[in-house]
Amino acid sequence: MTPDGLEAQIGQWRQYVQRRRELQTADADELEDHLRGSVDELVAAGLSEDEAFLVAVKRMGSLDELSREFAREHSERLWKQLVLTGEPAPGASAAGTRSRRTLWVMVGCAAGAAASIKVPELFGAGFDGNSEFYAANISLFTLPWLAGFLAWRRQAPRPLIAVVAALFVLGGVAANVYPLTGDSQSLVITSIHLPIALWLVVGVAYVADDWRSTRRHMDFIRFTGEVFVYFVLIALGGGVLIAFTVGTFRAIGVQPQEFISEWVVPCGAMASIVVAGWLVEAKQSVVENIAPVLTRLFTPLFTAVLLAFLVAVGVTANRIDVEREALILFDLLLVVVLGLLLYSISARDPLAPPGLFDKLQLALVFSALAIDTLVLLEITGRLAEYGGTPNKAAALGENVILLVNLAGSALLLLRFIRRQGQFAALERWQTRHLPVYAVWAWIVVLVFPPVFGFA
Amino acid sequence: MKVAKDLVAASATPMVLGILAEGESYGYAILKRINELSGGELAWTEGLLYPLLHRLERLGHVESTWQSVTGERRRKYYRVTEQGLAELAEQRRQWDTVVDTLKELWLGATVRPQEGLA
Repeated sequence: MTPDGLEAQIGQWRQYVQRRRELQTADADELEDHLRGSVDELVAAGLSEDEAFLVAVKRMGSLDELSREFAREHSERLWKQLVLTGEPAPGASAAGTRSRRTLWVMVGCAAGAAASIKVPELFGAGFDGNSEFYAANISLFTLPWLAGFLAWRRQAPRPLIAVVAALFVLGGVAANVYPLTGDSQSLVITSIHLPIALWLVVGVAYVADDWRSTRRHMDFIRFTGEVFVYFVLIALGGGVLIAFTVGTFRAIGVQPQEFISEWVVPCGAMASIVVAGWLVEAKQSVVENIAPVLTRLFTPLFTAVLLAFLVAVGVTANRIDVEREALILFDLLLVVVLGLLLYSISARDPLAPPGLFDKLQLALVFSALAIDTLVLLEITGRLAEYGGTPNKAAALGENVILLVNLAGSALLLLRFIRRQGQFAALERWQTRHLPVYAVWAWIVVLVFPPVFGFA
Repeated sequence: MKVAKDLVAASATPMVLGILAEGESYGYAILKRINELSGGELAWTEGLLYPLLHRLERLGHVESTWQSVTGERRRKYYRVTEQGLAELAEQRRQWDTVVDTLKELWLGATVRPQEGLA
């Protein structure tokens, strides 16, 4: 074997080592030196380089074990990585510079998002009296910045950046061109659907480096959940901060409420979306552990509630009262069930055999399907009776999409549990639905208002 | 004979400090030295050695520097500190007590000669 062969093998080994979060670049350097020492000695003892490399790697033991030992000594590292500005470990300068630059770009994007929400005020549109404008545009203040950050990180190709930018412009047009008044239903559904549509545009930027790969689409689904978890955590912390700000300033006779409602809350909320996105990128493993735990915790509980509800419907023979709130409630219920399904899928090892949890999940999906069928029957009855409104039409459309998705999921899950199908099929089914959600959200935002006469 | 894991772990600190008291050294050489001294009986893994070195560094018992000696690779060398030497002396006292006690016990019971650890 040529010396180049050995270098290539050591290079490959280093890549494996550096994938371990417990092992930093300096550790990898140190271990590499050790490996080379071992190889040199074995070569001197008469082994070929090839053999020596194999023996030396074998001697070092499994990386799992090695990184476990490192993690025991450096348990803080899993969190320390978060503080990407800290002094870079010797020999880690290249990676350190990169992560510091990422930090600065993120800070820039977050500041941009925070500033964006105050820009309309420069043109005389303050928060007071313009709630419709802000409701429709809220996602446009922050999501372009997050998409920009992700596109920068992925080094997105120019055509893709152009597509993303064009879609954001389209979103801006949809939010502001139609003459929607404060009491119109269309305004409400635009305010709900535009963020969904634009979030999926963020998804385009997220998968920029490999947009055809199903795994990347699944990563985006995971990213969505993790951003949500981080955002909630940041919001909780922000709430505590605001409570203390108000309390302490009041104690000295200063009333900070206006400053907080005009600046801290809106700017903080906009910036925290970008920060949450960055946190997920910088520190995936922490929340990767939270999402599955939440899923495992709540899947049985939700299954129990849904089954109880079905029993109650059966026993009392009451019809479901499909008012506007109820419609939204049942749509949200389906979204939650879908979320539980998605996050257990995203965290699951696709090669693991079916287990009890998969059966539980099937029960959850089936009960959700049964409830949704009842709701759908009600809605179609109402539509036939009173004619459509944008609200009902949107809710109905969502219901159908979710129903199709869940029915398909149930089928694939059943096949998987009966060992007739692969788990990966379920994963593919879910990722293929992402464009469907996007198309539907854009239809609601762009087509519904004119169709329903801006009602 | 394989020395039990607990015993290896417990004796690792004084051994590393002892080796570094002879002069500054790096991971692979320390492992080799241990191998030599124990006649290959002490099976140290990298997973034991490097985290231990990092812990000793964190505690201030050793210092490390990246050095490039001419004709050699860039390496992380470890050097024992004053505090490390004090720790070594303290550990030595403790191990002497343990070893003396065991010797006392076993030499009284059997005639087989024992190898001291210290």
